Amino acid sequence: MGQVKSLDDLRRIKEDLQQKMKLRENSNDPESLVQIKVAMATCGIASGAKQVMDFFVEEMDKRNIQAVITQTGCMGYCFAEPTVEVTIPGKEPVVFGYVDAKKADDIIEKYIKNGELVEGIIPVNYETIEKK
Amino acid sequence: MSKFKMHVLVCGGTGCHASQSELLLENLKTIVADKGLDNDVQVIATGCFGFCEKGPIVKIIPDNTFYTQVTPGDAREIIEEHLIKGRKVHRLLYVDPENKEQVEDSKHMGFYKKQLRIALRNCGFIDPENIDEYISRDGYEALVKCLTEMKPQEVIDILKKSGLRGRGGGGFPTGTKLEITSKSVSDIKYVVCNADEGDPGAFMDRSILEGDPHSVIEAMAISGYCIGSTKGLVYIRAEYPLAINRLKTAIKQAREYGLLGENIFGTDFSFDIELRYGAGAFVCGEETALIHSMEGNRGEPTFKPPFPSVEGYLGKPTNVNNVETLANIPVIINQGPEWFASIGTEKSKGTKVFALAGKINNVGLIEVPMGTTLREVIYEIGGGIKDGKKFKAVQTGGPSGGCLTEKHLDTPIDYDNLLANGSMMGSGGMIVMDEDDCMVSVAKFYLDFTVEESCGKCSPCRIGNKRLYEILDKITQGKGTREDIDRLRNLSTVIKDTSLCGLGQTSPNPVLSTIDNFWDEYIEHVTDKKCRSGQCKALLQYVIEPENCVGCTACARNCPVNAIAGERKGIHVIDQEACIKCGACLEKCKFNAVFIK
Repeated sequence: MGQVKSLDDLRRIKEDLQQKMKLRENSNDPESLVQIKVAMATCGIASGAKQVMDFFVEEMDKRNIQAVITQTGCMGYCFAEPTVEVTIPGKEPVVFGYVDAKKADDIIEKYIKNGELVEGIIPVNYETIEKK
Repeated sequence: MSKFKMHVLVCGGTGCHASQSELLLENLKTIVADKGLDNDVQVIATGCFGFCEKGPIVKIIPDNTFYTQVTPGDAREIIEEHLIKGRKVHRLLYVDPENKEQVEDSKHMGFYKKQLRIALRNCGFIDPENIDEYISRDGYEALVKCLTEMKPQEVIDILKKSGLRGRGGGGFPTGTKLEITSKSVSDIKYVVCNADEGDPGAFMDRSILEGDPHSVIEAMAISGYCIGSTKGLVYIRAEYPLAINRLKTAIKQAREYGLLGENIFGTDFSFDIELRYGAGAFVCGEETALIHSMEGNRGEPTFKPPFPSVEGYLGKPTNVNNVETLANIPVIINQGPEWFASIGTEKSKGTKVFALAGKINNVGLIEVPMGTTLREVIYEIGGGIKDGKKFKAVQTGGPSGGCLTEKHLDTPIDYDNLLANGSMMGSGGMIVMDEDDCMVSVAKFYLDFTVEESCGKCSPCRIGNKRLYEILDKITQGKGTREDIDRLRNLSTVIKDTSLCGLGQTSPNPVLSTIDNFWDEYIEHVTDKKCRSGQCKALLQYVIEPENCVGCTACARNCPVNAIAGERKGIHVIDQEACIKCGACLEKCKFNAVFIK
């Protein structure tokens, strides 16, 4: 990692990452990457988010589906932990609640492979500053 | 790869369930199958949409059509008209209450604009352990802007203009606090982040540090630039290990990028951050106590003035700000003070994060613009009260706050309104109570907490709170008198007026606000010796209904203290003096003869 010395340096990092994201998001190509975010704040981890994340990492690899699996902070749905957000390229993100290994398996087999929704979807009910 | 062309989402939340959403779901599925659409259309139940008032809700994807108050009988029309012919069922669309227009797309519904995430903007969105993701969301741009384009006073002016007030509870204007510290003359100054979140049921600051640590680091560096400080300290409780780890990782990454350290962005400004761990004492959230604790002394508050902005950590000027306050700062610099000031009420600008807890369906973390009403928070965002019970009160501000009741439901939430109604904003814990909660016991619970957490330095707080607790305990034991209520009130006033720090000055609030709002309940406890919610065990009476008793002796045999007398095949009687109210007889009786009076 180099040092960040100016606004241009910052913007370069930003653009690099956004470029990558865009490639993922805008593509309708089924071969392109699925994004999975696991909410890993204290609430999530206490309800088993670590196991769910491990499950996704191992199983997506085993089942040969290319995906980016990352952790993130609290999505705010503490009542439904562990929560997982899945973005299939070209589609809007979907948040699933109460995810355990069995539900994770359903998500991979049904939603990610077939586009079939799985019980336990949490409707997103907030705006962030970008949408203003 | 998607097999389905359309999805029909039916709300399966408690509210919609109560209005036949299950039958609706069945109907939709059957008709979809009948029409041979089951390979193209998937019908599925979802979690609560938070729009229970207009339930049951049906949402169609991908066009985001949002139908409200759908009955099981509407299933056929939705499928035949919308799914097959592509014509929306207009009579079921949501009608905007303000302009009376039908809203076809859920993204344009005012309802979904109830929550606005500023402090939580990156929480649950970015990977907190990856600095690049933070940068991709405009991270550290505010810092560059401040260091290269603005003078410290200009930054302070922006924050003053934005109207941002401290989110830790007190609500002091953040810009003014920075200005005072910047004017204090000293060779060394400090920036302190107060991450000693101690209210029971509150987890806003922890979630921000766990989900978006860089926003706090960036804001601390900006604060350092404003006041002329090179050293930042985060006072964080040791029982937040995950937040500590994420923060450590973030600080390391920021150093590697040169965003912390010497000559940031090639300017002559240098700034670095260290962590200090707290042992979890509630009083250490008070800024003077916090500073003493960081110095290695006892965590006891001292009299203000001098304020920390003049004489703080190691006797040097110190700017202390709460986590959530800091998380707002970079956005204000980037988006401008006018934008921030356009959100909220006249004297409370921006948003507030609340941790919803207690008897509410959607326990979790929410962020709403100031001025949102309690009703919107509890019923629309929080999804209402658990198990369809009746709302009784909501406690805000933790042990320093008070209870708000049904009559306050439509009060817009901001610093001043909450104070005027006998509670306070506090750090943002919101505990919802239903009809099963006894308000005297609630007051007792908070006093128990304050007695434990009082540092003991000043007598009103050390002795007074203990006495308050004892009187409340006496009332819940059924031994209270009418005079005890007056005694509670008088003592509370004295403690509030004479305590040294914020802890004692606010600790009687739960008592006063419950007396004010639930006077009847206190009176019932002392005169009728009754607890309507059945929480005060000492006030319950287990009795045997002679008509139902068959004399099986099951109750007498299971009573651990032999308080039940009676012959076999004869009517049994409970000796109230000896009864310890364990409930064993109620559980064992097969003839519904034992009941609670």
